[in-house]
Amino acid sequence: MTVGLSHYLTVAAVLFTLGIFGIFLNRKNVIVILMSIELMLLAVNLNLVAFSAFHGDLVGQIFAMIVLTVAAAEAAIGLALVVVYFRNRGTIDVAEIDLLKG
Amino acid sequence: MLSALFFYLFAILCVGAAFMVIAVRNPVHAVLFLILAFFNAAGLFVLLGAEFLAMILIVVYVGAVLVLFLFVVMMLDVDFAELKAGFLKYLPVGAAIGLLLLVELILVLGAWVTAPEIAAQAPMPPASEISNTEAIGLILYTRYVYLFEAAGLILLVAMIGAIVLTLQHKRDVRRQSVAAQIGRTREEAVELVEVESGRGLS
Repeated sequence: MTVGLSHYLTVAAVLFTLGIFGIFLNRKNVIVILMSIELMLLAVNLNLVAFSAFHGDLVGQIFAMIVLTVAAAEAAIGLALVVVYFRNRGTIDVAEIDLLKG
Repeated sequence: MLSALFFYLFAILCVGAAFMVIAVRNPVHAVLFLILAFFNAAGLFVLLGAEFLAMILIVVYVGAVLVLFLFVVMMLDVDFAELKAGFLKYLPVGAAIGLLLLVELILVLGAWVTAPEIAAQAPMPPASEISNTEAIGLILYTRYVYLFEAAGLILLVAMIGAIVLTLQHKRDVRRQSVAAQIGRTREEAVELVEVESGRGLS
């Protein structure tokens, strides 16, 4: 019962799918959509680190760190936008974000 | 054997917590489940020998980003029950697309092989000689130093962007005006008054 690369890749695939599923399931709530995106990025990181470990190549871990950086920046900007939007409109319902429709 | 046990423990908890993130009604609970999922993912990273990334995940991600999520969820006074409406309406199509994607990913997992001629870009030194953190530092600050600085730049831009977006100037708050303070001259700031002795001013 040895744990190989495909075990980790399966966990990452399930996590990624759950992230996509979460976006579909919570179509109205921006915050849960952002959390689903975090889940998908976590799955990507798990893939990178698993490949890095099983191929003995450190570049995967460097790349995972860059992905973490971008994910943190994205979360900060996204949450700032949510806060500003809530201040202006009093709701964060995605269906009502249609000002650019004209 | 023990590592397999821990792998299944972390993997099952991680997937279960991730499912709860998208399923629970209360977003505060969703953030807390997300924290649980990240902790278990950090456990998986430790099992893979990437201790530094595991600690980064806990310190930076759980400590900063997810707590930021928690603050925002608690600050916004939103009726989350109303946002949860339509949950069941989107369930079939979401489940269908999710299952499709999962089946595709599993099919890919069953069939792929690594090309034999591929060599490691940065071969990992044996763990007995050098720790994971030190090995990452040795190539992060040399070969990937531009990437590292670009990451810092991204964080700087994100920080400035978030501050600019959320900063608001209230009209009725009197603020310090540095230019006005420095621009004051002696003539308008100080007045010498000759007071006759025995009489006050006025």
